[in-house]
Amino acid sequence: MQLNDLLSHTSEWLKGTGPNCDVVISSRLRLARNLIKSPFPHWAGKEQTEEVLKAVEDVANKDECLKRATIFRLSDMDIVDKQFLVERHLMSLEHTQKANNKAVIIDDDEVVSIMVNEEDHLRIQVMQSGFNLFEAWAIINKIDDCLGKELSFAFMPEWGYLTACPTNTGTGMRGSVMLHLPALVMTRQIDRVLAAIAKLSFTTRGLFGEGTQATGNFFQISNQVSLGHSEDDIIESINSLIRQIIEQENQAREAMLSKNRPLLEDRVNRSFGILKSAYIISSDETIELLSMLRLGCDLGILNVGKSLDRRAINELFIITQPAHLQKIESKKLSSQERDVKRAELIRKKLQVV
Amino acid sequence: MLCDICGKNQATVHLTEIVNDQMTELHLCEPCAQAKSQEMEQQFGLGDLLAGMVDFEKPAAEKDAVAIKCPNCNLTYADFKKIGRLGCGECYSTFKKYLVPLLKRIHGSSQHLGKSPLKVGKVLKKRIDMQELRLKLKNAVDSEAFEEAARLRDQIKEIEKKQSQGGEGTKGDQDAA
Repeated sequence: MQLNDLLSHTSEWLKGTGPNCDVVISSRLRLARNLIKSPFPHWAGKEQTEEVLKAVEDVANKDECLKRATIFRLSDMDIVDKQFLVERHLMSLEHTQKANNKAVIIDDDEVVSIMVNEEDHLRIQVMQSGFNLFEAWAIINKIDDCLGKELSFAFMPEWGYLTACPTNTGTGMRGSVMLHLPALVMTRQIDRVLAAIAKLSFTTRGLFGEGTQATGNFFQISNQVSLGHSEDDIIESINSLIRQIIEQENQAREAMLSKNRPLLEDRVNRSFGILKSAYIISSDETIELLSMLRLGCDLGILNVGKSLDRRAINELFIITQPAHLQKIESKKLSSQERDVKRAELIRKKLQVV
Repeated sequence: MLCDICGKNQATVHLTEIVNDQMTELHLCEPCAQAKSQEMEQQFGLGDLLAGMVDFEKPAAEKDAVAIKCPNCNLTYADFKKIGRLGCGECYSTFKKYLVPLLKRIHGSSQHLGKSPLKVGKVLKKRIDMQELRLKLKNAVDSEAFEEAARLRDQIKEIEKKQSQGGEGTKGDQDAA
């Protein structure tokens, strides 16, 4: 697989399918793993990270769990390629920072990705569309076992998997669920919800993970605690929290629909109008407006016929991102040029609707 | 005025928060304000704050600690204090004494209960089962579920008896470390 092949794919997390896919965009699990004795990437020298990368490459090349996966070394990528993978949620923003011997392993379906020499030697990630953490666990657990047969992971019985940062020690697992909560934002209940989440030792992030702000009513909620609970318990605790938030969002949607339908219809269809007519548009504004389109699609109040479904809207979220635009145009674009190209692309995509 | 978060106590702390260029005012009671400030601290580079979470009884004890060096990767406790990251898996053994309270504060626990690598082998699996049983026993005693506690105690004794007879030694432990 070549990096550019991904352009014609729909990312797993944007398929718009799976349980509760109207409110839940995607579910993601990651496991942090380190090789025994080798210094963690931030503390390692060039030869040491090279050793780790070679060991992982050897295993990945023969591992049955990763048959249809490709290894990309970050030293072979330019900045647009790196940003492109961040936009597709296949690697973190931190992984784009300059350092020795970083790589990312991606399977053809974009369900599995493994970052090598990020904060830990291995960051294994599995992504599922919709609300589906247990399925993600089944997949990632198998991959972890497969890799663990070949590689010796740093582990202590009392503290579990040992990680560079003590906040990940134990299971090394972080589960994140990406939610679309426009009704809770519009009814001004979101602050109350986010405050409750923080109290329960969960964190909230934006659409593109760590260090990003919440835009367009998208919120990524993750567990913080990784030691002292089994993986199943951690997943169940995330699930029970998410179930409550889904219910609150659905209640808020119903309340708005019954009390103030014209207001919703106006905002949704006005957003469509702007997207269809704009000649210059920023990525922030695009996400805000697409969020409304998605809500309209979920509620059946978007008056554009059936051809604009959730998947088509989801696709617009990703292809209008800066690196995706530049990949599509196969050249570097300034921010102003992107705003023009973005508007052009959206007009083209929405014209056929 | 009542607290914005819990809605129960009188608000005594007044906070202005700017999120996405929008200013919000928060009026909080003492306990909620403390929780909020912890949440905010976590947003400011958690790593740097980690080392500060280890309490030293005397300044002298900390002075001794900073000189300790991991034999495997040469990271010193002073390095850990500075960068908030450990140097390798072995560091966890080297700095064990200081990490116990730290892990407890971060996770509310210092006992792993999740999966373990297949490689570590059966001996370890048994040990982990034992740790889980002991933890359950402690919880049962704490919650005064004495019948359950007695059952668990017998179960632990039984396993210990078997282990001492079987002579399963410490090899598994060394593999794990």
